Amino acid sequence: MTAKKAKIRLYTLSTCSHCIRTKKFFKEEGIDVEFTDVDLLTDAEREKVMEEVRKLNPDCSFPTICIDDKVVVGFNEERIRKALGE
Amino acid sequence: MTPEQLYDILAKYAQSQGIRLNKDREFVMDIMRGLLTNEQRYGYRSCPCRLSWGDREKDRDITCPCVYRDPDIKEYGSCYCELYVSVEWNEGTREHRQVPERRPKEKRRTI
Repeated sequence: MTAKKAKIRLYTLSTCSHCIRTKKFFKEEGIDVEFTDVDLLTDAEREKVMEEVRKLNPDCSFPTICIDDKVVVGFNEERIRKALGE
Repeated sequence: MTPEQLYDILAKYAQSQGIRLNKDREFVMDIMRGLLTNEQRYGYRSCPCRLSWGDREKDRDITCPCVYRDPDIKEYGSCYCELYVSVEWNEGTREHRQVPERRPKEKRRTI
């Protein structure tokens, strides 16, 4: 699978600069991502999404970056590129 | 208050503490906007990099500057958000490392 076809899901906070940096990174790389700003959700929505985050990253910190079956916690360009298979 | 006004206040405050704001101004302005958003949303400047409980008492430890700032700067050269940093961190004479979450698990919002 090429990097551009990886399924990427970001769990972010709208207020978090590391999360903003992460979104910007993928945008600049021309890689499509799905993201959820957890702080903007309703209580019911957040409960559901945090259950997903807990499974991927028990620390529940942001950003939690899911690239196919790999999880990168925090904006770490080197780890993100590695997970993308670059 | 505008993000620029908050920046000026916190830059002076940091200097008075013998530390600095991260010299990456664009990055720091995102944090200023995050802090002001949280202040409007919750009534206090909850850490923009952590999921808030929306409860002043429960978030007391992560109200900026958080209680983890000083030990994080001591150990890693920057706070969790990379807002407050040591002089050496800004000058590049100290390695930039990802700061792990120091907040105890039982205090974190995981729901």
